[in-house]
Amino acid sequence: MSTSKHKSTSAARPAAARSQAGGAASKGAPPPARRTAARKKSAARGSKRAAAPPAAAARARGRTAAAVRTAPDAGTLFHDVSQFLYRQSDCLDAKRWQDYIDLFDDAGLYWMPPGLEYTTWEGMPAIFIEDKDLMTVRMKRIQHPNAWSQQAEWATNHVVSNVVIEDVAADGAEVRVRSRFHMLELRRDDVRHFAGTYRHHLLRGSDGTLRIKLQRVDMVNAQAPYEYVLQAWV
Amino acid sequence: MGLPYYSNKITPWLHTEVERLEDPHMLKERAPDIQMLVEPDRVHRRAYVDPDIFDLEISHIFERSWIYAGHETQVPAAGDYWQFQVGRQPMVMVRGNGDSIHVLYNRCPHRGVQVCGSRHGSAGDALTCPYHSWRFHHDGTLEAVPLEKGYRETRFDRDDPQFHMKPAARVDRYRGFVFASLAQKGPSLLEWLGDARVAFDDICDRSPVGRVEVVRNCYRVVQRSNWKFFMENQLDAVHPSVTHMSTGYAAADVERKIKREKGSQPLHYHYLSAFTTPFDKWDQLETYGYPYGHTILGGYMGLRPRDPDTLAHEQVLAAAYGEQRKEEILSRNIHHVLVYPCLSVQSPLQQLRAIRPLSADRTLSEIWHFRLVGVPEAIYRRSLWYYNLVNSPATMINADDLENWQRGQWGLRSDGGDWVSFHRDYGRDTDDGAVLRSTNGCSELPMRSQFRAWVKYLTAE
Repeated sequence: MSTSKHKSTSAARPAAARSQAGGAASKGAPPPARRTAARKKSAARGSKRAAAPPAAAARARGRTAAAVRTAPDAGTLFHDVSQFLYRQSDCLDAKRWQDYIDLFDDAGLYWMPPGLEYTTWEGMPAIFIEDKDLMTVRMKRIQHPNAWSQQAEWATNHVVSNVVIEDVAADGAEVRVRSRFHMLELRRDDVRHFAGTYRHHLLRGSDGTLRIKLQRVDMVNAQAPYEYVLQAWV
Repeated sequence: MGLPYYSNKITPWLHTEVERLEDPHMLKERAPDIQMLVEPDRVHRRAYVDPDIFDLEISHIFERSWIYAGHETQVPAAGDYWQFQVGRQPMVMVRGNGDSIHVLYNRCPHRGVQVCGSRHGSAGDALTCPYHSWRFHHDGTLEAVPLEKGYRETRFDRDDPQFHMKPAARVDRYRGFVFASLAQKGPSLLEWLGDARVAFDDICDRSPVGRVEVVRNCYRVVQRSNWKFFMENQLDAVHPSVTHMSTGYAAADVERKIKREKGSQPLHYHYLSAFTTPFDKWDQLETYGYPYGHTILGGYMGLRPRDPDTLAHEQVLAAAYGEQRKEEILSRNIHHVLVYPCLSVQSPLQQLRAIRPLSADRTLSEIWHFRLVGVPEAIYRRSLWYYNLVNSPATMINADDLENWQRGQWGLRSDGGDWVSFHRDYGRDTDDGAVLRSTNGCSELPMRSQFRAWVKYLTAE
């Protein structure tokens, strides 16, 4: 697997902690006033670091949810991100595997941990932990003429909803978003139902195109007994 | 037509479908003649689909034999518990004081309520029933009942075992792996394991202190097939390059691409690309069948590379055991051990799967792996990659195995044939009376050997 130094940060915090954070979805930036005072103090002590203007400092640390909502392009961002998420699951349901893989950044990762309490995949069990190379193995396997378990009828249907932009980088180049999914799967005569939360860490190009740096999938039935296995990404 | 995902066929912590409370002797009268079902080179399909035979297997194999409870590191502190099942019996493994581990029927003697309510947890100082607060020591003996005066001048007696949580008849451990037997009499664990104990030796001896720790994650996958499909598949050396062909070629493809672009490929691709290994290479391995049904496939494929991480591991072992013993340990060449009737152990990579039969056509598997104590982290990462790639619920390997077993179970229900063939290399086994051996890795010896034991178990009194 390609070396990946992506640390799962706010995207990986358990859902409970997230809801307690309430409206302030950023990484806990203190209010500007306190920081200004701190900077004046450090300037007085002759600190080598130049005291940055308060407004720029706030921007540099990312926006609060309120800022996300009121930013000039907030509506566009929300629309673009939502459409991106819907189109991602469209790829799965249509079995357009290469299109799905192409939505990931070159160093992108698809991660499904065994439970909410996992904060990293490094050195930990994972249901899925795949870079684009491993994703390509999975795709080639499914497409191989002798993938025997593919002889059975197999179809999925995803609904992605409850899209919430959690954080946007100051320059808008990175977006963290969470959403909910439900997937219904038909395999031969059996219907299975999976559901959970997606957390996407997206990279946004200057032309607005989005790519996935990290997708974390917390499936609510991740620890329940599996009647079959998961052949493809959920 | 849709089944709910959390199927009502799996009742939490009592993973069985059919309740039959019958005397084992009655079962034998109703079941067909076992000897007639098993010939030296073929087995009648009724062994896989007949519910009466399944009942007999539960009573005569699973509820008598030594069944894997778990690893002692699953219950590190006093009061820790982990549920599992022996046959149809809901049991719980509980850590007592110090080193002691108890295995109890998960059942309150008062009104029958299951005392432990979650798959695993910590009961603290005592196991407490949620109904009326009867309290039990970790060994199941009664500690307290509420309002004890209400039992004055009745047949209630604190010292009477009927008022305790009943313990399993026998509990024993081998190198930290805990087993329970519901039968009072029978061979000891060590005697019963026999040469198959190498499964645990080959795991633990790769640690400089001879110990492992369980990694606290257990995947559960339900096989829609008879438990024996799993047992026969583990040591089936013909199927890998057929069943797993798609994964083997897909992985080999990408592995080659990475090697071209980056000069070398990550080791874990080998776990998948090895499934392109042709039949004749598999046939160079060896298979062994032991008393009580255990079987071994020997000769692992190239897991002794000479890279820096492996050499560092070998140095750690040499420092602990000396050079000669280290060589003995690393030359064992065990691919796979079946500890009959319910364990599949891949010792070179510290993987373990336990199966729990639910009915003639459903089997639950519990999938674990272990961390060797005292070895470099890079060595653990190899075991972890195998767990993530091959043994996770997103496995690209077991997807096709499960498909075969499902279709096998359906096929055997039909009248399109009565026999299951185990003819491959029959007549070329060497048999010294106790151990069957074949120098053909693809031999169907493991299946023949397991059924030899199966007959013995089911025809015993």
